[in-house]
Amino acid sequence: MPVTDPTRPDAPPATLDVARVRAEFPILAETINGRPLAYLDNAATGQKPRATIDAVRRYYETTNANVHRGVHSLSVAATDAYEGARDRVRRFLGAADIREIIFTRGTTESINLVAQAYGRPRLGPGDEILITHLEHHSNIVPWQLLCEQTGATLRVLPIDDRGALVVDRLDDLLTERTRIVAVGHVSNALGTVNPIDAIIERARAAGAVTVIDGAQAAPHGPVDVQELGCDFYALSAHKMFGPTGVGVLYGRRDLLEAMPPYQGGGEMIKSVTFDGTVYNALPHKFEAGTPNIAGVVGLGATIEYLESLGWDAIEAHERHLLDDATEKLGTLPGVRLIGTAPEKIAVVSFVVEGIHPHDVGTILDHEGVAIRTGHHCAQPVMDFFDVPATARASFALYNTTDEIDALVQGLQRVMEVFG
Amino acid sequence: MISDLADLYQEIIVDHGKRPRNLRVIDVANRTAEGFNPLCGDRVRVYVQVDGERLADISFTGSGCAICTASASLMTQFLKDRDETAAHETFEQFIAVVTGQTDDEDTLTALGKLAALAGVRKYPVRVKCATLPWHTLEAALQDTDNVVSTE
Ligand SMILES: Cc1ncc(COP(=O)(O)O)c(C=O)c1O
Repeated sequence: MPVTDPTRPDAPPATLDVARVRAEFPILAETINGRPLAYLDNAATGQKPRATIDAVRRYYETTNANVHRGVHSLSVAATDAYEGARDRVRRFLGAADIREIIFTRGTTESINLVAQAYGRPRLGPGDEILITHLEHHSNIVPWQLLCEQTGATLRVLPIDDRGALVVDRLDDLLTERTRIVAVGHVSNALGTVNPIDAIIERARAAGAVTVIDGAQAAPHGPVDVQELGCDFYALSAHKMFGPTGVGVLYGRRDLLEAMPPYQGGGEMIKSVTFDGTVYNALPHKFEAGTPNIAGVVGLGATIEYLESLGWDAIEAHERHLLDDATEKLGTLPGVRLIGTAPEKIAVVSFVVEGIHPHDVGTILDHEGVAIRTGHHCAQPVMDFFDVPATARASFALYNTTDEIDALVQGLQRVMEVFG
Repeated sequence: MISDLADLYQEIIVDHGKRPRNLRVIDVANRTAEGFNPLCGDRVRVYVQVDGERLADISFTGSGCAICTASASLMTQFLKDRDETAAHETFEQFIAVVTGQTDDEDTLTALGKLAALAGVRKYPVRVKCATLPWHTLEAALQDTDNVVSTE
């Protein structure tokens, strides 16, 4: 039974009732190849709780209309649901102003928006953009494109052999030429939690704007963008157990105000004549066209559900999973862990001696264990560790130590096959 | 299901995956091409020394999964000393078998040891691992030294 704090009767439980949580995620009851599914590919996408699925269905069944444009009751209800979700996201991110929350298609689009609407008009030859060696391709390629377009130069903060950033190198990499610092909060390939507070502080002192890729952090807890002091923060709903096709960009209001729109169309304008167009106010200026209304409503319901479980309880459970998986895989002969930074979320990347990750993945799938094998859209990380790919088990609130045992047994089977 | 897995990782595939034959560079190769599967990072380079019509020597280098490595290894063994027309014909038969387009006994017999890779047809995401060396060979024989990609 979950334990409640007697001094705070309304506070969420301090421990997670995992069996009850699992019952809320219908897909976890699926069998794969006749075996119970052990879904350990959460860094790719999270599974969806009933609260999310129901909210999306209920929205379509009772509320569906276009937002911000009708006077009829359904349109008002749809707008309320959509804007209500925006406020919930605002609180999740600790933003002061609801106008600072922009809905996008995902982290990828959020980062591209910043690169094109903030970076492109401002950067030129001689300017520098600093990223890190740990980044997902979606926090690399938009900056490479921007460099091509503006003549700016890309710089890369290195990692050490544990997969942790070498923050000391900011001394020489962060200069008065640095205009943008774009860093992942958590690495999807290795699970490293980056010291973004320190990096943001340094970047701000150097006069650079900070863009945080929060895709892998959001599934594990809320953030406080004001405390962090970042200028932009991006996330994807689908990684945090919400619907696919929805992302968020937090942006500091004064920066967003000064930026031109990213796309043109309906919703983002105040008035259009053939002589010119007056753009809509924030956040609508950056939300051209009909948004993914049902998806946004689903994201709001997802956050509400996660909050009801209690983030501290979720975090404690995930820490337990990380420790258990690190211990069991780390002591398995023939298995080498890739990424052993001191600060990690529950992601364990590994290679099995002499056996390609793809073969590992296929055999584990037979045992019902779903993991990711490949380069995880982070080829520079693979190059650093001199492996073409890794196998990656990534855990979420609903995973259990039994599933880690299933993974270990699956790996023993892998070694049998390749004996 | 378990038997599918045994079908995929037959002894001969595990053996060639672990101890690939003809894994070397041919310095005097007059045809070569590189193949890449961005999905899993499989990378092979195929070398052929063509002497008239005959594939006098054939080898490969690279790193990949067991299926890809075994496929490349078995391919080089099978094609050595055959002529180009036969190589092309085998390519077509092999692709037809591993993509599940044919179950024809004569075709399977003609493929000899290569038929061991037929089990891959049950694994759509792995078919490309088996076909990558062959597509790379085709590119080499056409003398287009471009990188072949499965995507
Ligand atoms: C760290 C990181 N950044 C960005 C992304 C891109 O997210 P999306 O594909 O949802 O836009 C991902 C997801 O793969 C990720 O893990």
